Amino acid sequence: MVTLAAADARAHGAPVAAEQEDLPAEGSFSLRDVSVAYGRDRVIEGVSMDIPPHAVTALIGPSGCGKSTLLRCLNRMNDELGNVRVGGHITLDGQDITGKAIDPVDLRMRVGQVFQRPNPFPMTIFDNVVYGPRTQGIRGRDELQALVEESLRSAALWEEVKKSLKKHAFELSGGQQQRLCIARALATKPEVILMDEPASALDPISTQQIEDTIASLKDDVTIVIVTHNMQQAARISDRTAFMLRESLEEPAHLIEVGETRKMFTNPDDARTESYITGRFG
Amino acid sequence: MMTPSRRRKARIAETTARMLLGSMALIVVGIALFVVGYIVYRGAGALDWQFLTDVPRNRGREGGIFPVVIGTVWVVGGTAAFALPVGILAGVYLSEYAPKGFATRAVRLAITNMAGVPSIVYGLFGLAAFVLLAGIGRSILAAALTLACMTLPVVITATEEALRQIPQDLRQASLALGATKFRMIRTVVLPAAAPGIITGSILGLARAAGETAPILFTGAVFQMRRIPDSPLSQFMALPYHIYTQVTSVPEWNPDLVWGTALVLVGGVSLVSVAAATWRAFQRRKIAW
Amino acid sequence: MVILAAIALFLAINAIRALREAGLDTMLSGTLWYPTSDPGKFGMLPLVLGSLLVTGIALLVSIPVGVGAAVYISEFSRGAVKDVLKSIIEFMAAVPSVVYGLIGVAVLIPLVKDVFSLPSGLTALTGGLILGVMSIPTIVSISEDALHAVPMDLRQGSAALGNTRWQTTFKVTVPSAGSGIFAAMMLGLGRAIGETIAVLMLTGNAAVIPDSVFESVRTMTGTIAAEMGEVVQGGLHYSVLFTVGLVLFVITFGVNLAADLVLERQRKRWRR
Ligand SMILES: Nc1ncnc2c1ncn2[C@@H]1O[C@H](COP(=O)(O)OP(=O)(O)OP(=O)(O)O)[C@@H](O)[C@H]1O
Ligand SMILES: [Mg+2]
Repeated sequence: MVTLAAADARAHGAPVAAEQEDLPAEGSFSLRDVSVAYGRDRVIEGVSMDIPPHAVTALIGPSGCGKSTLLRCLNRMNDELGNVRVGGHITLDGQDITGKAIDPVDLRMRVGQVFQRPNPFPMTIFDNVVYGPRTQGIRGRDELQALVEESLRSAALWEEVKKSLKKHAFELSGGQQQRLCIARALATKPEVILMDEPASALDPISTQQIEDTIASLKDDVTIVIVTHNMQQAARISDRTAFMLRESLEEPAHLIEVGETRKMFTNPDDARTESYITGRFG
Repeated sequence: MMTPSRRRKARIAETTARMLLGSMALIVVGIALFVVGYIVYRGAGALDWQFLTDVPRNRGREGGIFPVVIGTVWVVGGTAAFALPVGILAGVYLSEYAPKGFATRAVRLAITNMAGVPSIVYGLFGLAAFVLLAGIGRSILAAALTLACMTLPVVITATEEALRQIPQDLRQASLALGATKFRMIRTVVLPAAAPGIITGSILGLARAAGETAPILFTGAVFQMRRIPDSPLSQFMALPYHIYTQVTSVPEWNPDLVWGTALVLVGGVSLVSVAAATWRAFQRRKIAW
Repeated sequence: MVILAAIALFLAINAIRALREAGLDTMLSGTLWYPTSDPGKFGMLPLVLGSLLVTGIALLVSIPVGVGAAVYISEFSRGAVKDVLKSIIEFMAAVPSVVYGLIGVAVLIPLVKDVFSLPSGLTALTGGLILGVMSIPTIVSISEDALHAVPMDLRQGSAALGNTRWQTTFKVTVPSAGSGIFAAMMLGLGRAIGETIAVLMLTGNAAVIPDSVFESVRTMTGTIAAEMGEVVQGGLHYSVLFTVGLVLFVITFGVNLAADLVLERQRKRWRR
């Protein structure tokens, strides 16, 4: 309940910096025996792991092993797909977020998402950023203005667009659009941001900028990122989880999760090592 | 390997087919050009300011078509007032909310089928349902309701089509920000789909403006002294005016009738072209 | 859906009196249509045959021209030419039927009269010709859609075997789109049989069973349009006209439903 109230207060822009100190780990997930099936196709099974707050956790694994699927469990986006069944328990800051325990709409204000392809809404930069806050009912012009600046600054886009907030978002470059999407996700003041291959559609320079942004966001939010780029995972994440679907008949499992440095230098599992060193996947 | 003679045969067949098919296309083009050219050629002479602002005199053999144009505008406006809200809501429901089952498929099939029902049958329906049963009487309102039923499938289809074009990840972005499905549709999906919906609807309305059969028994009159002043008054309309001139006025004045046809075709095409151009322009601006 | 059901319902309710007093089979098989004599004779056969004759003529015109033009547009033209051709088709579809009727009155009636040296140009042929023109856009655009839906790799596969463009079109593309083209013809038929104003202005409207295309005929649609204005509401004649509407509705409904089902099956086929 404490967290809920805090999230509520933050959502309405009240100063919470002082409170933040005594809160128990904010934006931490705990997954217990999570499984997902699309219809009859069991995609992942038995995933148990903790995602610590204010850190970057990378999900890696070969294509089709269910990384995106697992990510979507964390903000209940799987609900939108129809024939999905999710089993096991997931808590966010100790609160159950599966089943009827929580309204997915409320959850998604606390857990933002950035997608693979930049997907700004067809409206101005300003309107994109304030979309979430407006959804939460924030209407005050000054308050929205402040949120826009703060979010765009955090996403390292402010300097580039501060003079053209009324420009259509589609006039930005791909990398700028993706940072706009990050700003858009930040504007609701989430505890967590999920990123599904956020840089895979971008050029190296834009990728670099996104990575820098992620590094600077760690202090404020928990980040869970899916990536196919091993160097990227090694560069930006604190912890790494490796998933693998060993055959199409079987669901994917979590093979190993731990400190990124350890995973990349001295993994416990031989399969992790071969994947990271590029022997398969 | 192809023998030379077979290859020659193939080439001859190719040329013949090309010419034959091309001539079919040419026939179509010829007909269309003839239609435009002929209407303009016969109608342009009558077109002047007086024609557009005067009332018909001497049973339409002289004077202008002002009340006729106004009547058509009224009816089409009324049609839009009914067909747009209902059609857009139905389209949104069908493409965003309706469960993907047999029932939805059946409804879709019914809607496409509605588009194929002859317009005279809509006229009968309008007469029985709106004029008589609902007691509205022959009026702009009854005619507009009748035409709205006819235009509905076009609006619904245009809405569904436009919504289908909106990328899935845009919807997901909105949901992931904590928007409810309704808010997502209202703030992201509908605005982005608006050009397609509006243009498709305008094309449907333009067609409704040219229909004669559905308004035959639901409110159009041959002649009236005043401009319609309420939705319950009867009205004159461009297509009906042409029809009655040709079939019921002995010694009808071809200049004025062709002028009326030119105004009708010109108006309808102008609006359609404007709508289509606007959509193309919007599409270029928002390329997914 | 509701509206469709409502249309059927209203037609049926209003047709009940006629069905009860005159009987559907007597009406459908009756060869005499004298609605205003006393007692009225409501044999619909001349009207049904009139509609079929005019529609038949229309399809003889519009199917070859329409399908040919669609194949040309889809397979042999590209770029700006293709766009222009498609806009022209759209324009033709947007011209109101009363205007086609007017053109028929001004051009076709004298032409038919002179060419075949008839006493009058108001014939089934005249109506059928203009109706053919009017159903061309439907046939072209639906056929073109069907051809367009045929996957490109099918054509490339054929071309890679050394077939010319026409051979590919004739052996692969058109057969693949066959059911769609068939549906286009059905929809064209539905459009032609339901058309009212233009035929009313051109066919002369004599309610007799025609012997040749040079005679005047009266269609179902034309009958409703011409007579509904003069009948007593709720009377037998009124009710009979609703029965005509009901017959028309059932025919077009069947034709359109068949076409839609064919189209839907075809769409499924190419969706992978
Ligand atoms: N909406 C869906 N319906 C049915 N099956 C799905 C759906 N989404 C994903 N799947 C299946 O679930 C499995 C995991 O998919 P997921 O997208 O989670 O993999 P991923 O690890 O993110 O892959 P990638 O690295 O290619 O993005 C795949 O086998 C895929 O076919
Ligand atoms: Mg993925």
